[in-house]
Amino acid sequence: MTVESTAARKPRRSGAKRTSAKRRTADQPELVQLLTPEGERVEHPEYSLDPTPDELRAMYRDMVLTRRFDGEATTLQRQGELGLWASLLGQEAAQIGSGRALQDDDYVFPTYREHGVAWCRGVDPVNLLGMFRGVNHGGWDPNSNNFHLYTIVIGSQTLHATGYAMGVAKDGADSAVLAYFGDGASSQGDVAEAFTFAAVYNAPVVFFCQNNQWAISEPTERQTRVPLYQRAQGYGFPGVRVDGNDVLACLAVTKAALERARTGQGPMLIEAFTYRMGAHTTSDDPTRYRRAEERELWETKDPISRLRTYLTAQGLADDAFFADLEKESDALAKRVRDSVRAMPDPDDMALFEHIYADGHPLVDEERAQFAEYQASFVSAEEGN
Amino acid sequence: MAAQKMSLSKAINASLRKALENDPKVVIMGEDVGKLGGVFRITDGLQKDFGEDRVIDTPLAESGIVGTAIGLALRGYRPVAEIQFDGFVFPAYDQIVTQLAKMHARSLGKVKLPVVIRIPYGGGIGAVEHHSESPEALFAHVAGLKVVSPSNASDAYWMLQQAIDSDDPVIYFEPKRRYHDKSEVDTAAIPDPLHAARVARAGTDLTLAAYGPMVKVALDAAGAAAEEGKSLEVVDLRSMSPIDFDTLQRSVEKTRRLVVVHEAPVFLGTGAEIAARITERCFYHLEAPVLRVGGFHTPYPPSRLEDEYLPGLDRVLDAVDRALAY
Repeated sequence: MTVESTAARKPRRSGAKRTSAKRRTADQPELVQLLTPEGERVEHPEYSLDPTPDELRAMYRDMVLTRRFDGEATTLQRQGELGLWASLLGQEAAQIGSGRALQDDDYVFPTYREHGVAWCRGVDPVNLLGMFRGVNHGGWDPNSNNFHLYTIVIGSQTLHATGYAMGVAKDGADSAVLAYFGDGASSQGDVAEAFTFAAVYNAPVVFFCQNNQWAISEPTERQTRVPLYQRAQGYGFPGVRVDGNDVLACLAVTKAALERARTGQGPMLIEAFTYRMGAHTTSDDPTRYRRAEERELWETKDPISRLRTYLTAQGLADDAFFADLEKESDALAKRVRDSVRAMPDPDDMALFEHIYADGHPLVDEERAQFAEYQASFVSAEEGN
Repeated sequence: MAAQKMSLSKAINASLRKALENDPKVVIMGEDVGKLGGVFRITDGLQKDFGEDRVIDTPLAESGIVGTAIGLALRGYRPVAEIQFDGFVFPAYDQIVTQLAKMHARSLGKVKLPVVIRIPYGGGIGAVEHHSESPEALFAHVAGLKVVSPSNASDAYWMLQQAIDSDDPVIYFEPKRRYHDKSEVDTAAIPDPLHAARVARAGTDLTLAAYGPMVKVALDAAGAAAEEGKSLEVVDLRSMSPIDFDTLQRSVEKTRRLVVVHEAPVFLGTGAEIAARITERCFYHLEAPVLRVGGFHTPYPPSRLEDEYLPGLDRVLDAVDRALAY
């Protein structure tokens, strides 16, 4: 799926753009792209973007730091510090591009892999690791960053996002909701119901599907016979496929979709066409079901290297920038590593906390019995 | 409006109306709850008076109803969702069990989900398949949920007010075959706590514990037994999670015998939990094992057989006789 441009080459300068060639084959419909895998800016007739050099560097930084944090988490799992990790490797552009399209009062409903979006929302990466270490099931305050807890049951959060968006509309607020899900989730009934509810109530929600080609071991062909973005048509709202490894295209399309939602034009589906470079989680072994050549092909479309190529070619980032970022990455990785290792196990009695908002006598009774049981060991030890 | 006689269904309608008046964040949602007023007319007239924005006809998708109710609650609303019939709750069971019940705990208390799910339940109305079930134990088993069922109009009114006020998700089971039963409702009264059981009839020889539609059967059985000189106490449990074991314990310590009655299958049902706990609490008081009367380990039968399936007066009295014979 390499991209050939028919436009004549122009002298390289900041902001130099070419026009994107139409590229549609029988099984690969056109996708919105603003930065080619080779790192060249192209234009799209519907989605334009004119990022400043600062914004470009910031998105590059976001992607690099997210990848570094993600890699550190994988390492921590291998070292036994985390029980599990779901890596976002390869999906940095989809997440940073969409995440940076959000305004402060927008609300995000993630799956369990949206570490890059969490980063954009200002959630401390360390907080994401609690549930993977097993000290909690989430635990960050969703309302502090308008970033809901990770949802593990596939697709459930799309309904929460839709309901939340229905509430936004009732409030007359001009914010939008961004619901993440994957190609596997597209088969879930909850996602279909979310599409229905969102369409019927014209809810200000954007469905952002990261089609990373694999639902654990099952390729997208096991989920759908049509390109996923085309599902939207049946529900009566627009769908668009975007190059999920192109941070600029993801930003442009998500911005437009969110703006559409904020201005009362209803939901939209974005299919970010990307690739899960790693395993489904640290418990998975993709060598059992996919060929190395496939990953190698996607390697050439890497979201970070294409932006680096562009930044370098345009003279927008120098060696010092990259060197500083490397240092910052190291520092982030160290902070994450140290923080996770220092993360205490919860107190035993946390078992019984927050089960109900207004309390429950059975929980109280079991808490008291368990405390007494625990205390019996202490007194037995003291007695010896 | 102070005390007046009304049907259980009208009491629920009045309670919903009051909630909509009291709190602009209360919204009602479900299939056919708007123009039609619900298939049982429970929400009759509410959309006309409060608008389509607050009394919401939803697409025909139960998981969608509960899932979006969760989202609305996250936004600060207090949704009251209706599941049209007991047997249709299962498409929403995933959202209720994995999401609704757990979100307060997994957010370490930062997220509250004040969602009420109203479910008309139980048999006895000659309905087709999937319209007569009693799945309350499947919800009471789940930490994070509260489960209640009124047996009369007054409780229907007040328990719904309290359920809507609760910051926890509450599954509110409506005894559909009692919808038309009338009794006094005092909307100015001070109600019992939502999860408190109530002694519905005092007695000395045996305790009958029931809830929802079976309270009437239990009271009828107590009346019939009285004619035979047996004094039965009837405890209306009202809440299946939590269960007010203290009230039940006080009753059983007095009567020394307990029979639990519900429409749901006996096996691993509410009665099983009550039998175990009351045996623990009242072991030295009991003169007989705790007996249970309920549905069989069969699917809910075709309606021509439901009178055999449902615990009726005679099956309850049979259990009473067996308990008294120990």
